[in-house]
Order: sequence, then structure tokens, then C-alpha cells
Amino acid sequence: MSGEERLTKPELGRIEAEHVSIRLGFGHQAFEAVQDVSFDVEPGELVCLIGPSGCGKSTLLGALAGHITPSGGTLKVDGLAVRGPHPDRGIVFQHHTLFPWKSALANVAFGPKMRGVPKAERKRQAIEILDLIGLGDFADRYPKQLSGGMQQRVEIARVLVNKPRLLLMDEPFGALDALTRLMMQELLLEIWARVRTTVLFVTHDIDEALFLADRIIVMTPRPGRLLEIIRVPFVRPRPAEIVATAEFGELKRHCLELLRGRQNGFPLPRLSPLGSPPQS
Amino acid sequence: MTSSARSSLASWLLKLTSIAACLLVWQAASKFRINLGVVTFTNVPAPTDVLEAAVALAQSSKVFDHVSSSLRRVGVGYVIAACLGIALGLAVGRSRRAADLLLPPLELLRPIPAVAWIPLAVLMFPSSEASMIYITFIGALFPILLNTVHGVENVDARLIASAQSLGASRGAILREVVIPAAAPSIVTGLAIGMGTSWFCLVTAEMISGQFGIGYYTWESYILQNYPDIVVGMVLIGVLGMGSSVLLRWLGARLTPWNNLEGARR
Repeated sequence: MSGEERLTKPELGRIEAEHVSIRLGFGHQAFEAVQDVSFDVEPGELVCLIGPSGCGKSTLLGALAGHITPSGGTLKVDGLAVRGPHPDRGIVFQHHTLFPWKSALANVAFGPKMRGVPKAERKRQAIEILDLIGLGDFADRYPKQLSGGMQQRVEIARVLVNKPRLLLMDEPFGALDALTRLMMQELLLEIWARVRTTVLFVTHDIDEALFLADRIIVMTPRPGRLLEIIRVPFVRPRPAEIVATAEFGELKRHCLELLRGRQNGFPLPRLSPLGSPPQS
Repeated sequence: MTSSARSSLASWLLKLTSIAACLLVWQAASKFRINLGVVTFTNVPAPTDVLEAAVALAQSSKVFDHVSSSLRRVGVGYVIAACLGIALGLAVGRSRRAADLLLPPLELLRPIPAVAWIPLAVLMFPSSEASMIYITFIGALFPILLNTVHGVENVDARLIASAQSLGASRGAILREVVIPAAAPSIVTGLAIGMGTSWFCLVTAEMISGQFGIGYYTWESYILQNYPDIVVGMVLIGVLGMGSSVLLRWLGARLTPWNNLEGARR
């Protein structure tokens, strides 16, 4: 297979989840966050996970990142069981986790630095990715000096510089204003068209999922089980206007019915990809 | 002149007036040997006497000996405390096992004020120099240690998780994430430790010193050079404040990301 072909159709980044269950918490506070979930994701596919808050979609993402160990079932990436965090499986959090003491450039160059890439080379790589996400001019800024959207873009660049097989995103645009969110979604599709890594994207925004995904995995409220997998038929590249089409509206209604029919009682607190439920 | 400049000038004038008034009251109280029963100014030197004594001390060679012995003791004791406090704090904050092993004896020693160590320290160390250094060390150790532990324990778990996902080893996480994230808290501990180590040194010098500012202050009392007592007090304050300011400045230089203006949109 030639390099060019690999660029358009990657061979790495296959996810196989078989009967995955995840328990969180200790003692009598322990609960099952994910229950018997099975699905496959093709290399280079963009799959969105949606479900009510607290349903364990972020937990599943954290397990794929290697920060949480499933209590049952197997979770494989390219045939190998996930064991601990690895740069092949990059994760992007809802609120950025950039190192405040490093410039945007040094943040992006962190992964190569950890691999022992020489200084000049890792700087070159970081600048290349920063240019790709349109922040080449902001390389010397500290995270605090960037807007929320820019911070999230640098966070994505920091993961992409490692050429990961999986890009795991936990509601990455959830804290941004509507307009910035739309820009970020378009940017993500643009980057994904070029980098072609497998993307697993957690969101509770149905519009976002329909706009981005090849397939949508819908999960039930806690304990999170797989409810339905929806194939999104829209051709790419997708213009932002597709949200106004009848077909989009139809799919959205279907998703809403799936989620609404299952919602019982009050929404649960959000879970974190790092395991324990947030304190506040 | 703008109105804000005028109001800040007025504010400064007010502050200066306040200090001048305090000095004036003190001058009057000691000149007229005011005796209020509970407190008496009979033997308190006036500010003018203190100024005279300060000029005399500045012109003598003694001042250099006193200041340099104090600085040396604080320097040695404080640097040992800083190195040990930060190293122990990082170990305790990062490793459960290190915490179980190291914290219990430290927790037992912590409630004992450093000054209470003086008699035992004199017995433990054959040289009085070493005993004074030990006292300054003990005084600085706990604030530095506790602030380091606090800083390390409060590092955002997501930052560590991200670093792991980016391929960082345990050592790299300590160097690249934990230490910089805990740096502001460590600097706070260093500044507090600097204050307490001066406080402890001065006390130790009063009891077992040969030179040093604490010794000078106490000696002035014994020799009834009352204005020199106040000169000693002022010197202690200036040196303590000076080293704290130096430390905070150094801390701000080492953690530049901490003092940035907010996000631009």
C-alpha cells in the first residue's frame, strides 16, 4: 500500500469493544457506569457517543484512553487490549488541560519531547500543527492569553502532533459559545479530512453529533447501555447548512425520541473520563 | 494634574502624616517620660536617640560582624530547610507510601515551636553556631514542607492524566507537571519559612549568641544602651522584610505564567 493511499484510508485505529462494563466508586457508593456495551469502530471513522448526562459515555472514553480499567469485557485497539494511557490514544477534555507554564508551542511540543525528539525537530513539528489549526501566530502565547476556542484548538494540536490512532474527545466544545462551537466543528472536520485518524467524540448535543459523525452511538441513562447505532448518511464535505434540511430534522427527531423516552427523573451529575464523579 | 493622580498624592500625604504623627507621639512620650502605670516610657529611648545610635553603629565596624553572622546562620539553616522541605514535600505529596513512612514523625514534631527547641539544641550541638543554625532550620522547615505537600496534592489530576496520555513517564510528570504546578505554593512556603527562620534566629541569638543582631539587641539591654535596642529591632525588621521581598520577587521571576493578564478574545 502506498503512502498516499494510507493517508486517505488508514489501517490503524480500529476499536473493538466487547461486553464492556465499568464500575466506579468504592464501597457502598460503587455503581455500574457502563453495562455490557459492545461496538466496533473502523479505522479513520468519526463516531459520536450521545446519551443523557451521567450515562457513562465519558467513562467509556476514559477507559479507551487507559485512565479507567473496565470491570468486565474487553476493550481492544488494533487487536491489542488497552492497558494504561498511551500517546497513540490522545484525549481532549471539555476544559482544556494545557500546561499554564508552557507557551502554546511548548505545550504542543510536549509529546515529541517525551519521545526524545530533538529540540529543533519538535519545534518544527509543533509549528506545523499550529499552522494547521490556524494558530501559527500565537505560538509564543501562554494558555491564559488565549481565548477558550483557541485553547481548545491548541489542546487538539497537542494530541495530533503525536499522530494518534485514536482521537478521543470528551465534549470538547461544550464550554464554548454557539458561534465558536460551530467554527470548531468545521475545523475538526477539516483537520480530520487531512489527518484521517479515528475520532470518538462524546457530546450531548444532537445537532453536533449529526453534523460530525459517520455513526452515532446512542446510550441509555445509568447504567449506560447501548441503545442504538445510527448511521448518518450525509455526504462529505458537509456544509453547515445541512442542519436546515428535512433529512437532518428527521434524524434529529429520531434521536430526541430515543433520548427522551429513556429519561426518567432528574439528570445525573456528569461523569469524568478519569473515573470518580466530580466533587462539586 | 488628573484627578486620580491628585487623589493618590493626597493618599500618600495622609500615609506620611500618619507615620510622622506616630513618631511625634513616641518622641513626646519618651521626652516627657510619660508613665501610664501599666506601661511606662521612662526608659524608652526617643526616636532622635535611636537615630543617633543607628548612625553611630553604621559608622562602627561592629555592624558588619553582627549582620554577617546573622545572615550566615539564616543562610545555612534556611537553605538546608528549603532543600529538605521541598524534597520531602514532593515525596510525601506524590507517594502514598512515602507519606505513611515520613509523615507520622514529622506530624509529632510539628506542633513544637522552634523556639522551644533552644535548650535541647544547645545540649545537642557542641558548637553554639550549629545549635543556632539548627533552630533556624527547624523554624523554616515546616512551613516549606507543608506548603510543598499542599501544592503537590492540589495539582489538577486532569493535567497529570493529559501528560500520561502524551507519553510522560513518572519522572517527567514530576519535572514537567507537578513541580511547576506546585511552584506558586512552594514559593509561598519559602516566603513564610523565611519569616519564621528570622524570628527563630533572633531568639536563639539572644540566648546563645556571640555575634548577630539578636545578640546585639539583647546585649544592648544588658549594657543599658537603650537606644541600641531599638536599632537592633529595626535592623531585624528590615532584614526579615528584605529577604521576604527578595524571595517573592525571585518567585515571581520563576513563575511568570502566574502573573499574566486575563484572556483576550
